Amino acid sequence: MPIPVRLRVNNAPRQHDIEPRLLLVHYLRDVCGLTGTHVGCDTSICGACTVLVDGKAVKSCTMFAIQADGSDVTTIEGIATNGHLHRVQQGFWDCHGLQCGFCTPGMIMASVHLLAGNASPSRAEIADGLRGNLCRCTGYSHIIDAVAQAANSTEVTHG
Amino acid sequence: MYPAAFDYKRPATVDEAVALLVRHGDDAKLLAGGHSLIPAMKLRLAQPKVVVDIGRITNLSYIRDTGGTIAIGAMTTHHEIDASKVLHDRSPLLPETARHIGDTQVRNKGTIGGSLAHADPAADYPAAILALDAEIDLVGPRGRRTVKAGAFFIDLLQTAIAPDEILTEIRVPATARTTAYVKTEQKASGFALAGAAVVIGADGVRVGITGVAAKAYRATGVEQALAGQRTPTAEAIARAAAHAADGVQPLGDIHASPAFRAHLAQVNTRRAIERALSRA
Repeated sequence: MPIPVRLRVNNAPRQHDIEPRLLLVHYLRDVCGLTGTHVGCDTSICGACTVLVDGKAVKSCTMFAIQADGSDVTTIEGIATNGHLHRVQQGFWDCHGLQCGFCTPGMIMASVHLLAGNASPSRAEIADGLRGNLCRCTGYSHIIDAVAQAANSTEVTHG
Repeated sequence: MYPAAFDYKRPATVDEAVALLVRHGDDAKLLAGGHSLIPAMKLRLAQPKVVVDIGRITNLSYIRDTGGTIAIGAMTTHHEIDASKVLHDRSPLLPETARHIGDTQVRNKGTIGGSLAHADPAADYPAAILALDAEIDLVGPRGRRTVKAGAFFIDLLQTAIAPDEILTEIRVPATARTTAYVKTEQKASGFALAGAAVVIGADGVRVGITGVAAKAYRATGVEQALAGQRTPTAEAIARAAAHAADGVQPLGDIHASPAFRAHLAQVNTRRAIERALSRA
C-alpha cells in the first residue's frame, strides 16, 4: 500500500507515493532519477550509497525512504554550486582521488560530513572518518590527500 | 535486496507504540535506527507484517545527568553517546564502547536501545552495560518495569523484553575514570570476536564479555579473583583474566574457533584491566 512521502532532495521539494519497503537509495535513484548515489555491497558495509540526511552521513541502502519523510537529503548531485565543484570534489579532481570512481560519490559525501564536524582533520582522522567507505581499487592514499587538500582549501562553499 | 512488503506505522508516543504492539502481536517489529532490523529484512530473515517506526517519538532521545546515574533515552544514537560530554566526564566507558561500533554512518543512525533490544552476541554495548551494572526500563501495557543488566540478556538474540514492551531508557552509574573496553574485531564486519569491558571502583571489579558466547556475560571468575585487591600486580591480573571464559560455551565459526574466542576473551580482559588501572 503506497503511502505519501514529502522531503527535500538537494534543496528541491519532492512528494511521492511510495511503498514503505522502498529503500532510500532506490528512491533517490529510481524515483528521483539521481543515479549518482551508488548501490555497492547493499549491506551497509561499503558506503557507496552514502548521502546526507539532515546533514548527517548515512548509508541509504539501510534506511527506508519513508524514514526520511520531512528531512533534507543531500546527494552527490547537490553539492556543486553554480557549476563550481565543491571543494571536496575539487580535491578528488586535483589529487586523483579516484580510479574506477564507483566509491567516489559515497567517499565525497562522507568527506563533506567529516569536514563539517572537523575543519582540519589529521590524516589519521580522515582515515577514521572514512572507515565506512571502501575503495576496491585501494586508492586510499590519494583519497586522503584529496580530503586534506579540501580541508586546507580557503574556498568557501556550503559544505 | 528488497524486503518483503509491510504496513508502516509511525506512532507519536510510547503509549501509541505499545498499543500497536498489543494489537499486532508477533506480526509487528519495532524500527529504531534500523541497522539490525533492515539488514535482516533485506535478507528476509525478518518479514514483519507491520513495522512500527519509533524514530519520531521525540522524548526517547536524551542523555541526562540525574546525580548518581546518567539516564539515556533508547533512541540516542551511538554518535550522540560518543559525543556526549556528560558521559565522557561522568561515565566514560559507554562513549569509549560506542566509538568501536561500525563506522561514522552507522553511528549516525544506530541507537543504543535498538542495539540492546536486538542482543546480537557480538555487539559492543552489552559488555559495557553488564560491567556498568546498568538498569534498563521497559514499558508495556502493564506499565513500566526496570530490569538489571544481569537479567536482561537471556540467550542468542533474546532479551527480557516481552513482545508487547518497548525499551525506553538505560541508566548507567557515574564511575571513576578506571574503565576500559578492549575488543578484537572481525575485520570485515567490525563486530566483536571478543570484547571485554571493565569497571574498577571502590566496590571492586566488574567485567562484561561480548562476542564469545551466545549472549554477553559477566566474567565472575575474573571479578572474584581480583576481589579486595586495589592495586593488583601484573601477575595477579593475568591469573584473574585466565578465568574470562570460565563456565561458558564459546561460539565457533569461520572467523574464530571456540578455543580462539576463549583465548581472546582472556587476553582482552587482561588488557582492559591494565588499561583501566592506567587511567587512575
